[in-house]
Amino acid sequence: MYNILEIKNLSVEINKKKILRNINITMWGGQSYVMFGPNGSGKTSLLMTVMGMPGYPVKKGKIILENKDITKKTVDERARLGMGIAFQLPQEIKGVKLIDMLKISAGKKPNQELSSDEKKLIKKFMLDEMLDRDVNLDFSGGEKKRAEVLQLLFMKPKVLLLDEPDSGVDLESLKMIGEEIQRYIEKNNASALVITHQGHILEHMGVEKACVLLKNTIYCYNEPQKILESIRKNGYKGCLRCMKRRIKE
Amino acid sequence: MFKMHEKKNKRIKSFKELPGDITRTAETVGIEETEKRRSGSFLQLDESALFARVIGRFKGQIEIMDTKDALEKYDWLHNYYWKLVDMDKDVYTKKAEKEFMGGYFLRILPGEKIQFPIQSCMYISKQRCKQNVHNIIIAEPGSEAQIITGCAVSRDIKAAEHIGISEFYVKKGARLTSTMIHNWSMETKVRPRSAALVEDNASFMSNYVILNPVRDLQMSPVAKCIGKNSVVRFSSLLHAENKSLMDVGSRVELIGDGSRAEVISRAIAKDNSKIIVRGVMQSENPTVKAHLECSGLLLGSKSTIHAIPELLATGEGIDMSHEAAVGKIAEKEILYLMSRGLTRDEATALIIRGFLDTRILHLPSSLDNIIRGLTEKVAEGL
Repeated sequence: MYNILEIKNLSVEINKKKILRNINITMWGGQSYVMFGPNGSGKTSLLMTVMGMPGYPVKKGKIILENKDITKKTVDERARLGMGIAFQLPQEIKGVKLIDMLKISAGKKPNQELSSDEKKLIKKFMLDEMLDRDVNLDFSGGEKKRAEVLQLLFMKPKVLLLDEPDSGVDLESLKMIGEEIQRYIEKNNASALVITHQGHILEHMGVEKACVLLKNTIYCYNEPQKILESIRKNGYKGCLRCMKRRIKE
Repeated sequence: MFKMHEKKNKRIKSFKELPGDITRTAETVGIEETEKRRSGSFLQLDESALFARVIGRFKGQIEIMDTKDALEKYDWLHNYYWKLVDMDKDVYTKKAEKEFMGGYFLRILPGEKIQFPIQSCMYISKQRCKQNVHNIIIAEPGSEAQIITGCAVSRDIKAAEHIGISEFYVKKGARLTSTMIHNWSMETKVRPRSAALVEDNASFMSNYVILNPVRDLQMSPVAKCIGKNSVVRFSSLLHAENKSLMDVGSRVELIGDGSRAEVISRAIAKDNSKIIVRGVMQSENPTVKAHLECSGLLLGSKSTIHAIPELLATGEGIDMSHEAAVGKIAEKEILYLMSRGLTRDEATALIIRGFLDTRILHLPSSLDNIIRGLTEKVAEGL
C-alpha cells in the first residue's frame, strides 16, 4: 500500500467567498474513500479542484499525486498524470461520438482498434449499440453514468474521482459498475474518492474510509457504514450538532 | 473585368492526359483520376468541355455529354433548358445565357440504379478566366444515382469567375443525390444558380461543401416538391476564413401532398470572414412537413455569421420548424475533453471535426471518406 494522493490544507475561494476550507485527505493505493455531505456543501467543488478544472482557484494548500505537486497543473496534464473524473452531469457534445471518447480515453488514435478486453467491457456496460451516438446526447441518466465510468476505466487512472456514480442508475447496472470499479482498483492498486448521497454504490465497492463535508470543510472521518447510519438517523443536522460540540470541546 | 477565352482547349479522353497539378487539385474536390469507382465523368476546363464519358459497364444506363452537344443532338432537351432557372433572374444568369460555354448534360435512364457516382469537374486554370456553364440533369422515373461535382481553381490564379447554372429534373420515383465540393481561392467569385423539380415519390438530396477560402460566393438553390410524397434535403458544410464572403441559402417550395423537406447547415467563420446562411421553406399544403436547422460557430472576434431562417406557411395543418444557433465553442465541452487527457488544441480540433459532421450528408462511405478527410484537414489547421 502506498500514498497516492494527498490533499493538504486545501482552501478555494471564488470572488472572496470560501468554497473549501482546510481540506485534508490522504488516499492510499488499493483503498477507496467516500464523501458525504448535504447539497451545496462543496463536494463537487472539491472534486473539480482536485481535477484542476478552471474556476476553482486554490487560495492555499497543495494537491500531491504520487509525491508530485500537481496543484498548478492543468486539467489535461493531471489526466495524463493519472487523475480521472466521472462527472455528475456529463457534458453533451454534438458530433463527437462515444466511440471517439472511448478511444481518446484509452489513448488511441481514431484509426486504432480497441482491444478485445476493451470491447468486452463495452458490452458489459451495455454500450455497444451506442458507440456511434454523439456522446451523452439524449442518453438516459443510467447510460450517461455507465459511459462516464467506462471512459474512466479506459483511462486507467491512479485516482478515480466519482461524482455520484449511483444516481439514476438501475440496481443491476449499479452492481456491475460498483464491481468493475472495485476490480480495477484492486488490480491496479488505484484509489477512488466517491461522492454519494444514498450510499448505494458502497454495497458493491470495498470502501474503507468515509468523511463528511459540511460548510465547506471536512470535520468527520470514520467508517462508511457508521457515518451513513448516523446521517440516516440524525440527518446532517445531527452532524452539525456534533460538529459544534466538538468545536466547544 | 473578366475576359472570354476565344481558343477552345483540345478535347481529351481521360483525366490522365491532364497535367499532374490539375488532377491533384481535382482530387481535393472528389474527382477520381482513375475513375475506378465512378460510372461516368465530365470535365470542363476553363471555357471548354474537355471530355465526357460513361464507364464501360454503365453504358446504356446513363448518358453524359457537353450540354452544347446535347442541345444539338436532342431537340426535346430545349424543353428542359432554362425551364427551372429564370435566365433573366439576375446579371449572372443573363451572362450565362449570353456567354454559354457548355457544362454537362446527364441523363439517368428509366429504372437504372447506378452503383458508382458520376463525377463532373469544373476547373479553372487560366488567369482572369470566367467560366459560364449550364448543367442539365435528368433522373428518369425509377432511377437512382449519385453525382459528385468538384469545382476547383489552380493555386496561382489571381482572378476568376465561375457561373454555374444547374437544372435538376427528378422524375417519378427517382432518387438523386448531388454533392458539390468547392475549392476556390481568395481571388475567385462564384455564382451557382440551381433549381430542382421533384415529382411523385421522388427524392432529391443536395449536399454542398466548401472548406477553403473564396472571395465572394453567393448561391441559393431552389427546389420545388411538386410530386406527392416528394422529398428534398439540402445539407451544407461551410468553412470561411481570411476575408471570404459566403452567402449560401436554399429555398424549398412544398407543393405536393405529403412532401417533406429538410435543410441543415453547419457554418464555421474564422478571421475576418462572413457567412450568411439563408433558408426558406414555403407551403400552402396542410399535409407537408419541413424542418430547417442552422448551426454556426464563430472562431475569431471579427468573424460574422448571419443566420436567416424563414418559414412561409399558409393554411392550417402545415408542420414546419426551424432552429438556429450561432456561438463560440463551449468552454465546458473543451474542458470535458481535456479531462480525458486531450490538450486544449486537440480538444478544439475534435469539436470542430464533430461540428463539421459529414453524417448530415448521408453519403456512401467512399464519398463520405473524401469529405471527412477534408474536414479533418480544416480541424487540424485551426
